[in-house]
Amino acid sequence: MRSGVFFEKYSEEMALRPYPLQRMRLGLFALAVVIFPFIASPYWLSLANQVAIATVGALGLNLLVGYTGQISLGQGAFLAIGAYGSGLLTLRMDLPFWLSIPIAGLITAAAGLIIGLPSLRLKGLYLAIATLAAQQIVEWVITHWTWLTGGTEALVIPSPKLFGFRLDRDFNFYWFGVATAALAALFVANLMRSRVGRSFVAIRDQDIAAGALGVNVFRTKLVAFATSSFLVGITGALIAHYRTIITWERFTLDTSITYLAMIIVGGLGTINGSFFGATLIVLLPALINSVGQSLQTTVPAAARILPFVQQGAFGLIIILFLVLEPEGLAKLWRNIKDQFKVWPFSY
Amino acid sequence: MDTFIQLTLSGLSNGMVYALVAVGFVVVFKASDVINFAQGEFLMFGAYLCFAFIAQFGLPWSLSVVLAVAGCAGLGLLVERLVLRPLIGEPVISMIMATIGLSSVMKALVNGIWGPRPRAFPSFLPEGNIEIGGAVLGLDRVLVVVVAGLLLFVLQWFFKTTREGIAMRAIADDNQAALSMGISIRRVLAVAWALAAVTAALGGMMLANMVGVGQEVSHVGLRVFPVVILGGLDSIPGAIVGGAIIGLLEQYTGGYIGHGLNMIVPFLVLILVLMIRPYGLFGKRIIERV
Amino acid sequence: MPTNPVLSLDDVTLKFGGVTALDGISFDVRSGEIFAVIGPNGAGKTSLLNSISGLYRPQQGALTLHPTPQRSSGQGNAATRALELRRTAPHNIARAGVARSFQNIELFRHMSVLDNLMLGRHVHLTGGVLSCGLYWGPQRRAEIEHREVVEEIIDFLEIEALRHAQVGTLAYGLQKRVELARALALSPRLLLLDEPMAGMNAEEKEDMARFILDINEDRGITTVLSEHDMGVVMDLSDRIAVLDFGRLIAIGSPAEIGTDPAVINAYLGQAHTETAPPA
Repeated sequence: MRSGVFFEKYSEEMALRPYPLQRMRLGLFALAVVIFPFIASPYWLSLANQVAIATVGALGLNLLVGYTGQISLGQGAFLAIGAYGSGLLTLRMDLPFWLSIPIAGLITAAAGLIIGLPSLRLKGLYLAIATLAAQQIVEWVITHWTWLTGGTEALVIPSPKLFGFRLDRDFNFYWFGVATAALAALFVANLMRSRVGRSFVAIRDQDIAAGALGVNVFRTKLVAFATSSFLVGITGALIAHYRTIITWERFTLDTSITYLAMIIVGGLGTINGSFFGATLIVLLPALINSVGQSLQTTVPAAARILPFVQQGAFGLIIILFLVLEPEGLAKLWRNIKDQFKVWPFSY
Repeated sequence: MDTFIQLTLSGLSNGMVYALVAVGFVVVFKASDVINFAQGEFLMFGAYLCFAFIAQFGLPWSLSVVLAVAGCAGLGLLVERLVLRPLIGEPVISMIMATIGLSSVMKALVNGIWGPRPRAFPSFLPEGNIEIGGAVLGLDRVLVVVVAGLLLFVLQWFFKTTREGIAMRAIADDNQAALSMGISIRRVLAVAWALAAVTAALGGMMLANMVGVGQEVSHVGLRVFPVVILGGLDSIPGAIVGGAIIGLLEQYTGGYIGHGLNMIVPFLVLILVLMIRPYGLFGKRIIERV
Repeated sequence: MPTNPVLSLDDVTLKFGGVTALDGISFDVRSGEIFAVIGPNGAGKTSLLNSISGLYRPQQGALTLHPTPQRSSGQGNAATRALELRRTAPHNIARAGVARSFQNIELFRHMSVLDNLMLGRHVHLTGGVLSCGLYWGPQRRAEIEHREVVEEIIDFLEIEALRHAQVGTLAYGLQKRVELARALALSPRLLLLDEPMAGMNAEEKEDMARFILDINEDRGITTVLSEHDMGVVMDLSDRIAVLDFGRLIAIGSPAEIGTDPAVINAYLGQAHTETAPPA
């Protein structure tokens, strides 16, 4: 509880950032985000773009896993549906990207409904297995239906154009990516402070009691899965238009596990956590690479095992966070904030 | 007709491997409600470990098998101790995600140590064919069916009759009640995980005899899910029957339909089963008491 | 007090494999009354409440939720036709105006008290994903409107200081009170309380009893409660049903039940002072 802050209207108290200090922090962060592309090197700019895109995906997955408590291993598959969906719409049907991206999101949401229908009636672990099956099926479709996707060949997509600017440079894409991430975060935040979001969390915490309070558990789980898939589909579309070249290898089971790592590490069921996790997981391979490079001279074998270290690192980081800090980086951030709330006193 | 018999034999031998892996999966699920997503990686580990002992250390195959089994049992115990036990009391979703993380770590380890390229596995099952009723059958596959079948029979007997087996079913049913009967949950869980690792490893070794070691092996691990969904997540007979059915389906699809469909037919079956009869052929419906 | 029934049970039988939890239970619950269900452990009290709220499906019999005779604004959900509870999903039973508390507290542990109560308003709030995600005018206004309803309940049950506390951190007695508040937030016309005073000390029981009485008298909500503490049951209830091994062995006013030989034989015993064991 903060002292000295009094609200006169419910709307003030229910706002997303009710306290002046929070608004100030958000303002500073926004300022940093705006200044960043002007001072950052191209390498860091591209990383930032990847973080923005990953944040949208992490928010989508968190909606399902963190807030509603359902496990999904199909992140890779749904990203693929969004990516190939939007890519093919722009490539084959000449749709402008600002139209194809939302449509791809809707297509992915529909796919979510199809997978969710049989599995969400059952206990949570069945969804995990069903999404695993979906992952395999989608991978197979991408690599075998060559008439649609080009098979194991790469799909090349022209880079998108917005207001006359080609978004082919990291600098240009940055604004689009960040805006999308901000909108997604706002969407999820609004959702969670209102009726629908509450029902998601209720299902996670006590689905029987939720039912006894009038929540149609099955339907709500479907809605959660569809909404999550929509966001993930948009993420996939963003990936397609950012990279302009996509292959099936980008959307495997390993990708699903990578995104799970993002939200576990970042903090399940938090918006901050989606961002923190996305940042860490995007930066981690870069970090491992530079460590590997420097070790190259002393341990030549390092180069050979580097890609596997990356793969293993994600798995290891999942386990470490689950055991040591299950609430993730978001909890660490809250701890830091709490420290400063009463600073310089320690209690 | 000849093709049919060949396909049937291939299907059954693959199916028995799947069944072995699936039984380990079911054991862990029955004992702790945990879905072990790393079960496929246990299979991979077993295969590669055996490969290492035979091909890289030059040991005789019988010793290698024993060592590999022991190694995997140890791995199972280690996993239970380091990954699952600290998470006891956390919601099951955490434990499941830990096994997902584990599968990544194990896959990375195997790839890092032995590399992702396929290796020729020094087969210790006898080469050659036998003839039954005019059809020519690979001896190695016939042996796999027989040996695996025996193993599975023994496991089923183990669960029905021995104290350990009954203890495992007891703690799955009710932790508290089991504790008050003097059953050590920790020990039973450790045994469950060791058993899961061992059955997977045995399956992996048999598979390696038939097809070698390589990335394909980890894909086999994923087959365990269609098998247990079809058979029932908590049923050992279900795992055996499910394994056989999936193995046969794969071969028949590959042989008679083709187009690479055999790779996803198991997963299509999985989705179908979830729609029609989610608890599988032999699974039990559970009532949740409030 | 009007005697039109809100809930009617007719020959309800519930079996779990070989165990018969409820055996041919028949009774009516009248509008506006406090109706207690008592019986030894295992008599079927919780099974009864679970059957009414739709968690269990009795194999036989009829459980009927009657329509309200007229619309009254304070009563919340008015229904126009009778509902056969055996064939209705739990969430639709809640929609029809049946709210409950649980024997083992089933609060949403990671949410605040306020959010738990706001969930009680779920059936009254509208708004899908798009409306909530945009949090636009009408949605925002609806959330505030229902917040005001919830605040009134917070005042009534004296839990103002706990609004933003995470329910998992609250003391047991307070959690029980929050669960009561959450059930109230649904604006029910039938309130089911499963051992609302289990595990409480004398003072907490008095508070809870006072709240239950206030809820019934001020808001006219028909209440069915299952309870162990005989003293509380005798003081609070208008009528009592006694269960034993799933069968209804007596039903009547507290005075009648207190002197019923079948009840004394099965349950009350001689010179009996019951201190309710924790659930």
